[in-house]
Amino acid sequence: MNDASKPIPVADSDSAPFWEGCREHRLLIQRCASCKTPRFPPMRACPKCHSTLSEWFEASGRGTVYSWIVVQHPVPREVYGQDVPYVVALIDLEEGVRMVSNIIGLDPRAIGANMPVEVTFEPGEGDVVLPKFKPREAP
Amino acid sequence: MFTLRDKYAIAGLGETAYTKNSGTTVLNLAVEACQKAADDAGVPVEEIDGIISYNFGDSVPAIAVATALGIPNAGYAVDFAGGGNAANLITLTAAAAIEAGLAKSVLCFRAMNGRSGFRLGGGREFQARGITQYTAPFGWITYPQAMAMWCRRHMIEYGTTAEQLGSVAITFRENASLNERAMQREPITMDDYMASRFIVEPFRMLDICLETDGACAVLVTKAEHARDLRHTPVYIMGGAYGGGPNQGEDLFDAIRWPDHSQNYAAYIADDLWRSAGIGPQDVDLAEIYDCFTYSVIMQLEGLGFCKPGEGGPFVASGAIKRDGSLPLNTHGGLLSEAYIHGLNHVLEAVRQLRGEAGPRQIPGAEIALTTAGAMTCGSAMVLRA
Ligand SMILES: [Zn+2]
Repeated sequence: MNDASKPIPVADSDSAPFWEGCREHRLLIQRCASCKTPRFPPMRACPKCHSTLSEWFEASGRGTVYSWIVVQHPVPREVYGQDVPYVVALIDLEEGVRMVSNIIGLDPRAIGANMPVEVTFEPGEGDVVLPKFKPREAP
Repeated sequence: MFTLRDKYAIAGLGETAYTKNSGTTVLNLAVEACQKAADDAGVPVEEIDGIISYNFGDSVPAIAVATALGIPNAGYAVDFAGGGNAANLITLTAAAAIEAGLAKSVLCFRAMNGRSGFRLGGGREFQARGITQYTAPFGWITYPQAMAMWCRRHMIEYGTTAEQLGSVAITFRENASLNERAMQREPITMDDYMASRFIVEPFRMLDICLETDGACAVLVTKAEHARDLRHTPVYIMGGAYGGGPNQGEDLFDAIRWPDHSQNYAAYIADDLWRSAGIGPQDVDLAEIYDCFTYSVIMQLEGLGFCKPGEGGPFVASGAIKRDGSLPLNTHGGLLSEAYIHGLNHVLEAVRQLRGEAGPRQIPGAEIALTTAGAMTCGSAMVLRA
């Protein structure tokens, strides 16, 4: 493990399609094959109907900012020091699931509650591609 | 639901010094606190037959402490995987174990070299597995970062302000100034608070609790047994542990939580008050889990001390001061006394109910609340003299 690198997401049997989708610049979300309820993170059974049948679909990539923070004092500093201040947000996708991501491409002070955002893809560590979000025009 | 009202009591308290560098092992800290708790109760080690703790892999197993204490028959030894959610869970579990006939006298402890050893705020594993694969790669790694996200949502929904957060830090520091055990006793002003640098907006340095080396322990036993011991028993009136239906994979997992402007407290309040047979209006003082200033506001709302959204104005009104309607964190809390993961709150509540809190004693204190938790799950307990 390289101490100077950012955390590398380690795909597992549930999450592999999600990370594979990111490499193809597609935001793939799992949903229940029985009742069609989307869920994130991917997991074995549907929390709503408990079916273990699942499928993947490509989300629109559109969402809104539910909450956000501005990291000023990063941990560890040797990894994130060059990024500060950076924004981490809870994003509500229009399909009805919530993700953690970064908001990029604007001054942190310009972010507001329920701001419309859309996905964009950025290279991460190694061959990882991360889904990030940038502002979009309100519909 | 917990329905053992007044059948069990806290009979002994023990703690080490609270420092930034204990210079000793976590095992030694645990043993010191546990020995003191047994001595305080006047219970010989030979009579202790249960031991419970909680940790994040940053402490020592309960059975190791039982061995080091020389307990001849630790028939009930349990380690919970937990942190700031579990401080009352262990005392409630002790009472439940005694009720079930699994033990008679149970030590409950938390020990950690939280500053010189494993630092909880210091980040998480850098191979991001499980839930952290969806969070850590985005630089969302520490507890202050996690909790600041909840605080922001409360600000969005209710207009909660920095000054309201600051009033929590200032009040608890005032209390700490009367507590010789507190790590931080220097008074702070609102100017100090506002000038305190941002760590992760909306949190400043003074919104965030201490890091501490130390240990706390309490001895739980049957009420009738406690009445024969050295101190006036402090009775467990009731308690609750839990959270909402979407607690996630660990304490840090907020992705599935529906409403980040309320936390576990809103979900356990009914069980807590029903089990104790009282309501929030009957509480004389409370030791509320204050890993961050903001967590106090959310718990006060959730447990019914004020309405949702009114926590900010409530804490800023002076109600939480020693002479207010609901004195809070009379020892200085995790923000100013020490961060022993909430078990030091239980010790302070017991001291207040024994009338042993010295210059910070709340006159006439008969019923106290202790809480532990800030996000998706937690525990709370009502104690009476
Ligand atoms: Zn389903």
